[in-house]
Amino acid sequence: MSALVASVEPGVAAGEVLLRAEGIGKRFGGVHALSDVSFDIRRGEIYGLIGPNGAGKTSLFNVLTGIYPADAGRFVFDGAPLAGLKPNDVAARGIARTFQNIRLFANLSALENVMIGRHVRTRAGVFGAIFRNAGTLEEERAIEKRAYELLEFVGVHRRANDLARHLPYGDQRRLEIARALATDPKLLALDEPAAGMNATETAALRALLDAIRRAGITILLIEHDMKLVMSVCDRVLVLDYGRRIAEGPAGEVQKDEKVIQAYLGGEVSLNLKGA
Amino acid sequence: MDALLALRRQPAATRVGMIVIALALAALPFALASVGTAWVRITNLAILFVLLSLGLNIVVGFAGLLDLGYIAFYAVGAYVYALLASPHFNLHWPFWVILPLGAMLACFFGVLLGTPTLKLRGDYLAIVTLGFGEIIRIFMNNLSQPVNITNGPQGITLIDPFRIGSFSFAQPQTFAGLNFSGPVKYYYLLLVVLLAVIVLNLRLQNSRIGRAWEAIREDEVAARAMGINTRNLKLLAFAMGASFGGVAGGMFSAIQGFISPESFVLVESINVLAMVVLGGMGNIWGVILGALLLSFVPEVLRYTVGPVQQQVFGRTIIDPEVIRMLLFGFTLVLMMLFRPAGILPSATRKRELETRRAAAAAPAV
Repeated sequence: MSALVASVEPGVAAGEVLLRAEGIGKRFGGVHALSDVSFDIRRGEIYGLIGPNGAGKTSLFNVLTGIYPADAGRFVFDGAPLAGLKPNDVAARGIARTFQNIRLFANLSALENVMIGRHVRTRAGVFGAIFRNAGTLEEERAIEKRAYELLEFVGVHRRANDLARHLPYGDQRRLEIARALATDPKLLALDEPAAGMNATETAALRALLDAIRRAGITILLIEHDMKLVMSVCDRVLVLDYGRRIAEGPAGEVQKDEKVIQAYLGGEVSLNLKGA
Repeated sequence: MDALLALRRQPAATRVGMIVIALALAALPFALASVGTAWVRITNLAILFVLLSLGLNIVVGFAGLLDLGYIAFYAVGAYVYALLASPHFNLHWPFWVILPLGAMLACFFGVLLGTPTLKLRGDYLAIVTLGFGEIIRIFMNNLSQPVNITNGPQGITLIDPFRIGSFSFAQPQTFAGLNFSGPVKYYYLLLVVLLAVIVLNLRLQNSRIGRAWEAIREDEVAARAMGINTRNLKLLAFAMGASFGGVAGGMFSAIQGFISPESFVLVESINVLAMVVLGGMGNIWGVILGALLLSFVPEVLRYTVGPVQQQVFGRTIIDPEVIRMLLFGFTLVLMMLFRPAGILPSATRKRELETRRAAAAAPAV
């Protein structure tokens, strides 16, 4: 535990801490999905979260965004703890996410998907909806305008009126990012955005991630595509069996003994047996 | 962006069409009355069912919460009116006081049903709401002892019609050479209420609230992750749907002049749900069409099946009541096979097709 805290060297990046995880633990029955996971994410960085399948990456996302309560530890986000908040409150606090298995509103148009993302930053209620007062109409126009801009930003604006389920796979992934961005997040948590993308699409995604960072949004990225992780992430956290095994700049983590073992260990021993 | 806005603008042809429809609706009761006064009554009941379907559409079509006990809210509205405007308690309150009261009480019951069922979805929610509907009906049936509140299975009779001062909706009247019977007057009142409810529904759907409901329907987990307070919005859907049911119930009470628990059985809930599903869940125009079809087709069959058999075979081979339901069921099965999403496709799907066509027609830039 003390070693973990010490590994966050002061002054590596100018950014202050945006999200701090303090000893997060989560059990499902007898399975320790996460145990004593701690890390800091600084403002403005792209923070990678990697690990073999079943390492607990998505569980960490689900605890962070309030879908599961943590069994131990807590998150401190933007100066205040997230403990006990429901997913919608977490979104209101400024954490937006995408899902590993795309979860768009399939039977709504791409534009409507992004417009729904604006819900948490807008106010109109039943009264406004029914009487359509000037304030509500203006808000509606602003929602639509912003949603369209975000579609343009991720490059799906040509298919704004298509149903989400009719979009090609890569566009669906990008639409999910646009919808998350619509909530004006401080931290954008992406769960394997490059999964299933070809090399061209992944290159476009890298450019998009850079653009989002330039817009001042911090990114937490779960990804299996190591080339992408190594090229965009400032720092990387490696999980294995729900435990933190390494953290640091991408280049260093890549050379870490434990990380190599976690990723290649099984395979190497299998080869030895075969030989 | 401009193309998007242009799609929403109404062309002049649509406006002309709307005027024609308005004139046709205004003339309709006189055309129907020439066939038989019964048809005006049938039309009034059909409009009540359209109101009910639009209310249920908020819960089922927008928010995606399967409610099999919706008729209970209709019952609450109907009984509130019947108890406060009949000789039963010798109360005769004016309708503009009772209708909002009925809507509010139905709304309260909507929240009462919604609160314990917030975590339920699909089949489980359907079972709980079904139970709720039955509980309300059984209460109406048994609240005659020890204190007689609902008069039990005998129901409540001699319910007041709507009255404004000396103007009564039940009295026939001649105005400008035209004979306005009671049902015809109610028809116009119902038409006005229907119009208001349609506008309300359209506005709700195309709003921040409506979009949030649709998000919950599509994917509740994603909706919550996007910051939508699913608890409040589901309760709001239940409350709004229930209050529409309450208003429709109050009007039903006044128009019929008599109500009993028999009018609020499970089959009625299922009937309203069938109207919503048949027309196209979530699409307001589809739901209206579904409600009108399911209200009129059985009535038309009632009046035609018998005479047609007489004409063809010289005698009635199959009892009209039997074959009517058979044909009705058969139609429903065919509908679900060939148009599973309802008669009218949803507005979103239509918009998608329109932009595709526009994109194909426009030369590539």
